[in-house]
Amino acid sequence: MNILHYWRAMWGIIGRELWRFVKQRERFISALVRPLVWLFIFAAGFRATLGLAITPPYETYILYEVYITPGLMGMIQLFNGMQSSLSMVYDREMGSMRILMVCPLPRWFLLVSKLIAGVAVSILQVYVFLLIAWFYDIEAPWQGYFYVFPALILAGAMLGALGLLLSSFIKQLENFAGVMNFVIFPMFFMSTALYPLWKMKESSEWLHHLAFFNPFSQAVELIRFSFYGQFNSFSFFYTLIAFFVFMLIAVLGYNPSKGMMMKKGGR
Amino acid sequence: MNNIRIESRPSLQIEDLSFSYKGKKALDNLNFSVNPKECTILLGPNGAGKSTLFSLITRLYDSHLGKVNLCGFDVKVQTRQALSRLGVVFQQTTLDLDLTVMQNLRYHTALHGMSRQQSNLRIQEELERLSMYDRRSEKVRQLNGGHKRRVEIARALLHKPALLLLDEPTVGLDVPSRQSIVKHVHQLVNEHGLSVLWATHLIDEIYPNDQLIVLHKGQIKFQGSIEGVLKNTNTLTINDAFRVLTQGVAV
Repeated sequence: MNILHYWRAMWGIIGRELWRFVKQRERFISALVRPLVWLFIFAAGFRATLGLAITPPYETYILYEVYITPGLMGMIQLFNGMQSSLSMVYDREMGSMRILMVCPLPRWFLLVSKLIAGVAVSILQVYVFLLIAWFYDIEAPWQGYFYVFPALILAGAMLGALGLLLSSFIKQLENFAGVMNFVIFPMFFMSTALYPLWKMKESSEWLHHLAFFNPFSQAVELIRFSFYGQFNSFSFFYTLIAFFVFMLIAVLGYNPSKGMMMKKGGR
Repeated sequence: MNNIRIESRPSLQIEDLSFSYKGKKALDNLNFSVNPKECTILLGPNGAGKSTLFSLITRLYDSHLGKVNLCGFDVKVQTRQALSRLGVVFQQTTLDLDLTVMQNLRYHTALHGMSRQQSNLRIQEELERLSMYDRRSEKVRQLNGGHKRRVEIARALLHKPALLLLDEPTVGLDVPSRQSIVKHVHQLVNEHGLSVLWATHLIDEIYPNDQLIVLHKGQIKFQGSIEGVLKNTNTLTINDAFRVLTQGVAV
């Protein structure tokens, strides 16, 4: 088993995902429309009701649209991670996952390749979103567009790993609606994507704690700080650890002797 | 496909293999082997355990009881070596419908680590053999059921496996498509030395020289030649022999 085999297989998987993404224009458009609706409509309406104090990484008073932008970058990655997970469940039901699973490479590597493919797609979406936001006068220092890149890799990997983890435990496509209700929405609304932590503390101490420990919050903060050229080490390590934990469980979930197959009762 | 790996040891060896779903035995102590240049038909009614067996051979499931060896490699321990010698056509279509024939096949060769040049060559060889090369740029969605199957068979052979597993590949196809696939696979065995394990419940897909395994309720009821099964059951046709073995009906 040489390194070239791994390299070719990884590019095969990434190439396929990117091709599918480019071909599925509706998916691309809807992935963009979602955060833009939040930005243009929700944020515009909401800014009058929410007063924001100056908190790091911001150095002046900011518009709500500016605050929400990193959250929406995270949102794109969150939805993308779940979309990849949905396509894994779909592939499994349709059988095309089998082709991947019977190829002579370790499963962890196949899953990591799938993950990289998903992250690449999500980063592409984020930059297109940032370009549109830029025309809407939401700008960060130009270096921020570079600094945010590694943050997007880590945040995308963590959310993608969460998607993989879920896909290994979801038996049928129909159960996926539950993921929307029980994972995506709570994760999104219980995070710093839409409102800062201190604001949540004012309304509920509990909510504040939940939001603080929500890995999505930390991913958003990582993105937010790096977008303004700052490094938030707590968010970085929290997201990194969450990534490893999710990935480990996902790999175990796809292991035929430990994961979902055994859950189905096989022995 | 002149140099398929022909080895002297069995292409597939199953030893004391059992598997249960929620306490119910799906496979009960199976023992058999498929030798090089042999086409073995795994005959069994629906629910006999054929697909479970295939899932164990391809390591989609794991069993704690028994062993699966592919060309001498234990699927559980030397998974990658074992799987590199295996080509599979699953019961459900596993092609990506929105990609072209060529893209689907290239995806497979990438997963098997083949170079672009090598994969182009192999894709051309296999598609030409099935008269599908002219259709390589078409989307899979545009192909009919028989042609999709042909692409899947071509795909399963691209990395020159020693053993080809076919899980009811002709289900839902019309008679000419079925016959053409059955003929093609037998040609591969006779002319190119491939070993085949073919799960089916369609008796007319069996050729006289094929080896036969009759699986029923997770147990092997018979294994051997066609001649052997007729003699053993004291019947004149495989159809009757199958009925005797699976329904206990005396003919």
